[in-house]
Amino acid sequence: MSETVKIMAVAEEPEETLSMNPKKFILWLFVVSIVMLFAAMTSAYLVRRAEGNWLEFEIPSIFWYSTVVLLISSVSMHWAYKAAKKDDFGVLRTAISITFAFGLAFLVMQFLGWQDLVAQNVFFVGNPAGSFMYVFTGLHAFHLISGLIIILFALRAAFKLKIHAKNLNQIEICATYWHFLDVLWVYLFGFLLYFN
Amino acid sequence: MASVETNAAAAAHVEEHDHHEELSFIRKYIFSEDHKVIAKQYMFSGVFWAIIGASLSILFRLQLGFPNLNLEWLRPILGNWIDDSGKLDKEFYLALVTMHGTIMVFFVLTAGLSGTFSNFLIPLQVGARDMASGFLNMLSYWFFFLSSVIMFGSLFIETGPASGGWVIYPPLSALPQAMSGSGLGMSLWLISMALFIVSQLLGGINYITTVINLRTRGMSFSKMPLTIWAFLLTAVLGLISFPVLLSAALLLIFDRSMGTSFYLSEIYIGGEALPNVGGSPILFQHLFWFLGHPEVYIVLLPALGITSEIIATNSRKPIFGYRAMIASMIGIAFLAFIVWAHHMFVTGMNPFLGSIFMFLTLIIAVPSAVKAFNYITTLWRGNIVFTPAMLFSIGLVSFFISGGLTGIILGNSALDIQLHDTYFVVAHFHLVMGAASAFGFLAGVYHWFPKFFGRMMNKTLGYIHFWFTFVGIYLVFFPMHYIGIAGFPRRYYSFTSYEAFRTFGDLNMFVSIAAIFTFAAQFLFLWNFFYSIFRGRKAPQNPWRSNTLEWTTPVNPGHGNWPGEIPAVYRWPYDYSKPGANDDFIPQNVPYSQTPESNLPHENALIALEKEIEAQNYNDQFKQPH
Repeated sequence: MSETVKIMAVAEEPEETLSMNPKKFILWLFVVSIVMLFAAMTSAYLVRRAEGNWLEFEIPSIFWYSTVVLLISSVSMHWAYKAAKKDDFGVLRTAISITFAFGLAFLVMQFLGWQDLVAQNVFFVGNPAGSFMYVFTGLHAFHLISGLIIILFALRAAFKLKIHAKNLNQIEICATYWHFLDVLWVYLFGFLLYFN
Repeated sequence: MASVETNAAAAAHVEEHDHHEELSFIRKYIFSEDHKVIAKQYMFSGVFWAIIGASLSILFRLQLGFPNLNLEWLRPILGNWIDDSGKLDKEFYLALVTMHGTIMVFFVLTAGLSGTFSNFLIPLQVGARDMASGFLNMLSYWFFFLSSVIMFGSLFIETGPASGGWVIYPPLSALPQAMSGSGLGMSLWLISMALFIVSQLLGGINYITTVINLRTRGMSFSKMPLTIWAFLLTAVLGLISFPVLLSAALLLIFDRSMGTSFYLSEIYIGGEALPNVGGSPILFQHLFWFLGHPEVYIVLLPALGITSEIIATNSRKPIFGYRAMIASMIGIAFLAFIVWAHHMFVTGMNPFLGSIFMFLTLIIAVPSAVKAFNYITTLWRGNIVFTPAMLFSIGLVSFFISGGLTGIILGNSALDIQLHDTYFVVAHFHLVMGAASAFGFLAGVYHWFPKFFGRMMNKTLGYIHFWFTFVGIYLVFFPMHYIGIAGFPRRYYSFTSYEAFRTFGDLNMFVSIAAIFTFAAQFLFLWNFFYSIFRGRKAPQNPWRSNTLEWTTPVNPGHGNWPGEIPAVYRWPYDYSKPGANDDFIPQNVPYSQTPESNLPHENALIALEKEIEAQNYNDQFKQPH
């Protein structure tokens, strides 16, 4: 009897209630919803593509360069986070600014990519193969703009010395979101290359 | 009683801990961040929409039951929707059906039900001061409000609201020239729904975060009330499925306004060929039903959670199979995502694929049956207290079973060929989803009214309301099964031109009379509801002698819910009629060390851990300056 009691007591040890920062948790749930948005889009793409009558075209090569630019911006974002951890404010500001500039550059390059598509006679209106291309890049760009706004807020906080080793929440949220947008683009680009 | 002592002690601290800053009227009641106020805002909006949605159904029931009735007397309200011969305009009939579905599914049973009870009960039952983010919660309501205003406005435009059915299948919904309801009305529908989805996502994200991160000390997942489990899973379903609807709607918007061809291909309209080539209307159905099916459970699960709580409390018995209940809810939530194509058996789907979806669909019967069985066994030999809330919960179980059985019939792909889009389907989902969830909402209102407003609702009126509604709903939807088996398609304006259907005219009239009767009975509830808010009997602190944490707060909880420290939790919420106990209920915040007379051997061993529970870390939002 006492043996069973002991076992049960071990099994029912009081669990710590999870105490992750609620704001960070909220961010992750947002990420889930964005993932589902794009999962739906890419599934729709596959379903539609399987039905045939699919326009084949070259994916603009500038998307290769824009991918590299976005990857670099992720690196500089990580650099900013490291700097914040070390209370290195000068580096922090520079790194966030670089991230912002590369993010902007990415957007411009995506736009140039659209112009390449138009030059190939692939328009938003027409065969869904082309329309999907614009929808994927456009929706991603829309989310990237929201990421840039969050970076601007982080930049302002950095200048007001509100980001430091003891207050990393904002820069962590900002960095997580930015890395996610980066991974999302790599996924979309790889998807478009593979299933073109 | 131990809990009484704790409460008395807490009450003594009210003055010290009472909240300091006074908020302006606007911040307190309109743009409030308090979950209790937001819950009430959702509740009143839900009740408003329910009245609108039900009135629309009465209008088209008049047409179906009395096809020759002169509706001239409705001209002051409906204007030119009554045509020259005094009958309902045919296109407006389609708009009525569409808006009834949209309003009931999304605005009443999704926003009204989850919005009210998730907002209200999650912080109160898990022991939190408020939602994880009060601001996002407020934003969620106001997105919903904006969406409501747009949808409501669309009822009044000249070309009429959206009329392609609540599922808005293209190409009908994608071509503004297809019918008058596909014009501005459809655009407004899409805008309104996009805002609605944003609102649901903001709300759902908040619910999940609160349940996972803001539980009080000792509130482990295995001690959470089943209501909270249901709300959590509902929010997860919404988080995963609503973005998919957003994708579907976005592509539809592009097709409508920018001329893309995601869903359109080779269409002649008015003798003219459209330029759109290469789209697939079936694609929309796949995307839509990937949300559409989980949506059914988004509507139903909160009602089932509320029922679990009410049935256990009023049977004075622990819920039968607590873990089985959680497991079956998780099972239902998981299966909800892999059965969507059973709505599409007749789209020319590969029959082999159809049989897979049929198999998966029929598996849902297993967890559903587990739940139904557990409700009945909880009631079995309990000391049942028939409060109005309890009656509505038992009514829900009845609808859940009788509507669920026809689900097994419809889930068969071979039978669905005959029954697809007939009144059999209408009867099925109105019982299992519509009436059952509405009963969940009503049961919740009756049960938690004392916590919402600090007053009691009138019991007698509640009983009359229950019996009229319960009998009325069966009178409406039972005959519909026969009409459906006879082959009546849904959404048809009139059946008088078909010889075969004429014999069912009297049955349709009977259904319409029953519907009007049931609708009229709801005014008893409305009167009871609004009267009791102001004049109801003052509520005691724990009127139903319930175990969950919300009844340990003051009768009218202020900002932050508990005046003193948030109580810790030591036991599960279903210790009713425990052998040896002094009283027939032991609230969750009573430690085992205070109840030696009723402890089981392993519970005595848990006494040693109470200190550990009390020392646990948890997120108390009042500990940080705010």
